[in-house]
This record gives sequence, C-alpha cells and structure tokens, in this order.
Amino acid sequence: MGVTNYATFGVLMNIRRRKFDSLVIGAGGGGLRAALQLAQADANVAVVSKVFPTRSHTVAAQGGINAALANVLPDNWHWHMYDTIKGSDYLADQDAVEYMCRTASKLVYELEHAGVPFSRLENGKIYQRPFGGQSQDFGGAQAARTCAAADRTGHVLLHTLYQQNIHAKTHFFDEYFAIDLIKDDDGFILGAVVLEIETGEPMIIEAKTTLLATGGVGRIYRTNTNARINTGDGMGMALRAGIPLQDMEFFQFHPTGIAGKGMLITEGSRGEGGYLLNKHGERFMEKYAPNAKDLASRDVVSRAIFTEVKEGRGVGENGDHVLLKLDHLGADVVKKRLPGIRDMCLTFLGIDPIDTPIPIYPTAHYTMGGIPTNRHGQVVVPIRHSAEETIPGLYAAGECACVSVHGANRLGGNSLLDIVVFGRAAGNHIIDFLKDHRYHRPINEASIEHALARLSRWDQKGDGESVDGLRSELQKEMEDHCGVYRTQDILDEGVKKIQAIQKRLPDVRLTDHSKVFNTARIEALELENLVEVALATVHSAAARHESRGAHSRVDFPDRDDKNWLKHTLYYAQEQRLDYKPVRMQPLTVESFPPKERVY
Amino acid sequence: MRFSIFRYDPDKDQKPYMQDYELEGLSADTMVLEAITKIKVMDETLSFRRSCGEGVCGSDGMNINGSNRLACITPISELKKPIVIRPLPGMPVIKDLIVDLSQFFHQYRSVKPYLITHDPEPEIERLQSPEERDRLDGLYECILCACCSTSCPSFWWNPDKFRGPAALLQASRFIEDSRDQATAERLSELDGPYRLFRCHTIMNCTNVCPKHLNPSKAISDIKKQLVKHII
Ligand SMILES: Cc1cc2nc3c(=O)[nH]c(=O)nc-3n(C[C@H](O)[C@H](O)[C@H](O)COP(=O)(O)OP(=O)(O)OC[C@H]3O[C@@H](n4cnc5c(N)ncnc54)[C@H](O)[C@@H]3O)c2cc1C
Ligand code: SF4
Ligand code: SF4
Ligand code: FES
Repeated sequence: MGVTNYATFGVLMNIRRRKFDSLVIGAGGGGLRAALQLAQADANVAVVSKVFPTRSHTVAAQGGINAALANVLPDNWHWHMYDTIKGSDYLADQDAVEYMCRTASKLVYELEHAGVPFSRLENGKIYQRPFGGQSQDFGGAQAARTCAAADRTGHVLLHTLYQQNIHAKTHFFDEYFAIDLIKDDDGFILGAVVLEIETGEPMIIEAKTTLLATGGVGRIYRTNTNARINTGDGMGMALRAGIPLQDMEFFQFHPTGIAGKGMLITEGSRGEGGYLLNKHGERFMEKYAPNAKDLASRDVVSRAIFTEVKEGRGVGENGDHVLLKLDHLGADVVKKRLPGIRDMCLTFLGIDPIDTPIPIYPTAHYTMGGIPTNRHGQVVVPIRHSAEETIPGLYAAGECACVSVHGANRLGGNSLLDIVVFGRAAGNHIIDFLKDHRYHRPINEASIEHALARLSRWDQKGDGESVDGLRSELQKEMEDHCGVYRTQDILDEGVKKIQAIQKRLPDVRLTDHSKVFNTARIEALELENLVEVALATVHSAAARHESRGAHSRVDFPDRDDKNWLKHTLYYAQEQRLDYKPVRMQPLTVESFPPKERVY
Repeated sequence: MRFSIFRYDPDKDQKPYMQDYELEGLSADTMVLEAITKIKVMDETLSFRRSCGEGVCGSDGMNINGSNRLACITPISELKKPIVIRPLPGMPVIKDLIVDLSQFFHQYRSVKPYLITHDPEPEIERLQSPEERDRLDGLYECILCACCSTSCPSFWWNPDKFRGPAALLQASRFIEDSRDQATAERLSELDGPYRLFRCHTIMNCTNVCPKHLNPSKAISDIKKQLVKHII
C-alpha cells in the first residue's frame, strides 16, 4: 500500500485517543483566558495549539486594551458602549456590547492582579492612552481608554495568561494541529481530530465541550499585518461542520501598515500625538474628520488615505503611500511609549521615527466576522425554531468568533478586550454545561473517518499545482477584488475567481510526504481553510448592497438601515446566504438607535 | 546567492548533512526568513518554524553564520556569503532547523514564572510607581526564542541542572517586580552549585539576544540579591 489510508478500520482502532472534560483549540489570549477559567474551577481541560502558546498571534498586539478605568480622563462603561456601537456602524449586538463594556474594568484589574506589567502613571495606576473612536459623554471630547504596557500589550497579556495556566496546571498539547470537529447525528460536538505535528500521527481528543479560539484570517490577503499562522482554521472547521459564518464581508483594513510590507504601526502612535501627512505636507485628516481628525474610526482613516493616494496626493516616487509623523513627539515619548514600533522601523525600514516620518498604507488586519455566538460563547445558528439555537458542546471565542461586539468596524483596543471577556464568559458557561452533562457521549466514528480522509488526501503523489502557487493566487485575487473600496462587477468577478481556485484545490499535490514535522502538509491543510473562508468573504460582500463600516461600496455609498440592518450568514454547503436580525436591545440600558456616523 | 542549510529527516537520513541552495534576485532588505521561505517553495521538504515574521513571537531562532538569531529580522545584506544556517546548537534536532525545546521550557517552568502574592487582591489595580515599573524594563520583553540558552556553554553541558539564561532572566523579572511576594522562596530555590551558579559570565547570552536584553546582568543581579538575602 503506497498511500497511507488512515480512514481504514485498522487505523481507526489503533489511533490514539484522549479524553478530557473540555477541549480548547487555540492558545492565544482567547483560548488561554477560557482555559484558565476552567482549570481554576478544577475542570479537566486540554489546550491544543498548532504553535507553542506564546507564539500565538496575540503576542503581536501593540497598542492596548480598552476599559473605562478613568485613570487619565473622566470615563464610564456606558460611554465606551456608545463608542463601540457607533464604531460598529450599528451592526453590533447591543446586549453583548453592554456586557463587554460593563465587565471591562474588572477584567483589566484581574489581568493586573495576574501579573501583567502595565505601564504606570505617576500615581501608580495603569497607564491609559487615547485611541481612535473614543469619546467622553456620548460623542464629546476625546477619551483615553486604552490600557497599555508600552506598545507590547499583546505580548504581556499572552505571556501572563500562559504563565497563569502553567500555575493552574492546564494540560497543553503544543504543536498539535486541529483538523476537524467530531459531530454526532444529534448535532452534539464531541471533540476533534488533531495531528501531532512532530510525529505526523493523528489523534482523537474526546471532550464534552469544545471551544474554538483559533484567531483571525488575515492571510487571505497578500499584504496584511497577521502572522503566517492566521489561516482561519477554526472558521474552516465550523463551515465543514455545517455551521455558517457571520458578517464575513466586514474585514478591517488598518490605516497604518508599513507601506508595501504590511507590518503594523499601532494606532497608539496617533494616540500619543502622531498624525498623517500627504505629499503637500497637509494634515489631511482634518478634511475627513474635523473633530476626531487622526483618531477617527479605522474605516474612516483607511478610506481617507486611499482617497489621498488615488487623487494624486500620495508620497514617494510612485505616490503610493502617505506619512505618519512622530518626529515632533520627542525621543523620550517614542522610546518610552513606542519602543516596539521604533524597533520595527529600524529593522524593516532602516529609519528612526524619532527623526523621520514613517511611510504607511492601509493593510488587511482584522476579521470582524466569524463563527456566530451569543454572549456566553455558545455557537448559535438558525436550526428550526429561532435564528439562534445552540449547538450543544460547541463554543467559540476571540477573533474567530462573531458575538458580535465589533459589527461592521472594530475599534482599536476592543479586540484584546473581546478575547478576555468572552474567553472567560465561555469558560464560565462551560463549567455550567459540564454540571448538566456529566458523561461523554459515544463517539461518532463516521465523523472521524471524514477528518482522516482530509488528512490522507495529502498523501496523493504525482504532478499537480503547488500549495504556494494556489495560495499566492488566492491572496492576490482577494486583494484585487475584495479590498477597501468595492463594486458589484469587481465582487462578482471575485466570486468567480475564488470559486475557480476552489475547483483547483483537488489538483494540488505535495512533494513532501514525510511524517516528522512536515510543515508542507500543515500549509496544505491551512490552504483548504483559507479558500473556504475567502469564499465566505467575497460571497457575503457581493450580496450586501450598502456601505457600512469597513464594507464600502462605491455603487451603494450609503448605509441602508431599512434593508440591511441585519447580520449575514454564509453556509459552505451550496454557498448559500441567509440573514438574521441585529440584537438592538441591550441588557439594562436603552438601545442606541442608528444615527448618522460622523467623527 | 548561496545558502548552505543543515538537513536532517530522522526517517530517511542516517545522519545530518548540509545542502546548498542558490537564490537569485534577492533585494538587499530581504530577511533570512523570506529567503528560506523562497527556498521552501523550491524544496517543500525544508522545515523550520515561523509565525509573526516581525521578531515578536520567538519561533524562528536559528544559527545563522555561527550565531543564534531570529531569521525574520536578520537581513541577508548583513551576512557573509555563503549564508550558513543550522539549528540552534546543543538541542536535539527533530528535523532540519527544528529543535526539541522541551528542556528549555522545562527550565522556564521551573522558575515559577508567574506572579505570586499572598495579600488579598484590591478592588482596583495594585499600585506600582513608574520607577518600580521601570525595573521590569529589559526583563519582561523576553520572547522565549531560546537564542541565549542555546548559545550558553554551561547550558549545553547541564541542560537538566542549570536553569540557563532565559529562565534566569524570567526569575529576575519576578524577583524585581514590586508586586511579587515570593522573593525569598525564589532566591532560595536558585541557591546551590547548579541552578544559578553554573553561569560563568561568558556573556554569549547577552551578545545574541535579538531583543537586546541582558540575561547576564539579570543573573549577576540575582547573585547580588542572593548574597544580601543570605546575610
Ligand atoms: C499586529 C497586530 C496588532 C494588534 N494590536 C491590537 C491592540 O493593540 N489592541 C487590540 O485590542 N487588538 C489588537 N489586535 C487584534 C488582536 O491582537 C487579535 O484580534 C487577538 O489577539 C486575537 O486573539 P485570539 O485569541 O482570538 O487568537 P490568536 O492569538 O490568533 O490565537 C489563535 C490560536 O489558535 C491556534 N490555532 C489556530 N488554528 C489552529 C489549528 N488548526 N489547530 C490548533 N491550533 C490552532 C494558534 O496556534 C493560536 O494559539 C492586533 C492585531 C494585530 C495583527
Ligand atoms: S553569561 Fe552565564 S548564562 Fe550567559 S552565556 Fe555565559 S554562562 Fe551562559
Ligand atoms: S532573553 Fe533574549 S535570547 Fe533569551 S529567550 Fe529571551 S528574547 Fe530570546
Ligand atoms: S517569526 Fe516570530 S520571531 Fe521570527
């Protein structure tokens, strides 16, 4: 037998099996916060991650985490809630936003107690800086709500949560790749089939609950701020399990990526007083957002930069970028508050932002959409009776999930908050679920065979396209057809292009069929997820005939609340779209009805 | 441009060997990670770890022209040709440039790398002055890339007993933290001939750290604290 066929009876019998109360897939901030909640409640929890936990993408987050601590300027959670809903262009679910903003301060204090080395103010309290889209008193003066550890907030958050999990004796499966969920005929999720990367051996992890915390999918675009591992695996797994993805048309382009390269320069650099310039040396944001200027919401700033460049006011030989000026802040502020981005500029551009402005351009950054959940982290889908029925045993949190607290546009500093708030909430709900579900359900062998077939397919030999070739094409097509500004023609063409790429997937072949630490095979499995999620994104974008948040349609320039104040749901089966209402009713306060959005 | 890269697949190779690759048309600002990623497009079997691509996750520590560096922030223009790339030294090789870091992480976990406090938690943040917080600068930024510990001769010879520079830097990060209340336990845990005192101040660790941290200084700070503590 030349080709290993895992999906045979013998292998199924011999495959390693482990059993836990609870499985967490992903060891970024979301997964680790959930795991900590579970481990501290003495649940038996396994965390699976395709990279060593501190290599997860959360480590790259720079600017900070939002909470209305009011350490620097007056603030309260209700103002934070208003800003988040306005920032979302009214597509966020208001119950979830209220929950997040109310809980924020408590969770940031908890992180401090856990050891996060936040920067400090003179009075010893946590340092906070202004970020985009923040206001006092429901749209008034700029607020300072973002708690920071210099510009390494993600690093300190991730390392601290990992350290606390070591303390709590969480069981880690480092460098294990989750292939697919295990599902039974009653719709329960029973764990996952995973691959031990080092040995190349598959393994089954049975669990009464499974939490997906696999992060975002910036890698569907060519130029992006994301780590190479951000390939939307959890979203792909959900789609293959028949679960739709929500609001995938909303992809955030961060205004300040390093031009041509993509690395992120934190919004915190504008929070510290930096601003943008075009080739005439004009501070152009004054035109687009007279009040908030450079600290308007990200979608607004990205579109402004795009317009400046398109209308010929870009900087450089090709006029293809603008400048971010920090040289007026002084060496002390840059070294103390922005040491990481200074390093990055020195390494990748050979310039020092203390004396030279940084060339920047909008870059694919954050996935607002994802696996639909409620505010307890339970995955919810329309099944029979309502638009939000739970899938028993399945949870999602972090960037792979869509609660939705970010709606059509996420505010900076709200994602680190999202991952800890909903990671913890999911952990708490799982603890309750485990009380009512004391025993493992019998495992479904058919569902395991599916996952193993997906793996063994990559053992096929012979000529075919390469993983790298098809992936590059995918990223290029997404950039060309689903970028900052969109039109029907281009999106329709994008759908066709990505569908054609999907059709070619079965012809892709690996040349490396070795077992031990075969990273080529991992990249192939990731490519399958990228293609599925890219399709979800263009399909959802082509169907939404309005402009809202990050989804800017040239042919439908206005927001259309009458027809489009609703969430998109995309199903991989038949590439079908469905819609469900936005939750406009908060938990205790009054609803914020849609208003015109100006900054 | 020629790259000479360490290759080893335990299922196939009796012993490791060096393989040469030629790459044309690389721009001067190309980083080693981009270069070996291009090589991987030509030869899928070449294996290495990588994630962030910007020097913050610690995945791609490797030995480049004889010193331990992060491939993603090492420009090829700085390097003598041919560029010789090997796995981090002194650790068991799993495949090609991928080493087994179990010992390294074991030592990290052994220093109890988490804040230990005994007092009840306040309702708000614990206060810490900017000066107290400054003492953590140069310690908290470690990305666990293992470049330092795998360049330390004392760690090569005693990876099971000597904690190594990365773990000791972490120990120092908590000893120096004004909020931590386990300083005495931390110090006495490190006393004895091996865990701390195997460091002979050879400074390799500090010379290679890609985040410009100074484990060697952290170690001598702990030694000083320990002396004070004993007296
Ligand atoms: C450069 C940058 C800067 C940012 N700065 C900020 C900021 O200042 N403030 C803010 O609020 N937000 C910021 N964000 C956003 C924020 O960092 C992320 O949204 C957030 O960290 C995501 O966390 P997560 O836990 O959901 O996922 P991640 O941290 O991405 O973790 C995903 C985990 O899933 C695992 N995984 C994935 N697939 C598999 C699989 N198939 N099998 C096994 N494991 C798998 C990975 O190994 C990893 O452990 C920034 C983002 C970027 C890109
Ligand atoms: S200074 Fe100490 S820890 Fe650093 S390399 Fe030398 S012996 Fe090792
Ligand atoms: S101290 Fe420096 S070299 Fe050592 S693990 Fe940390 S970052 Fe890497
Ligand atoms: S890839 Fe993350 S440090 Fe190099």
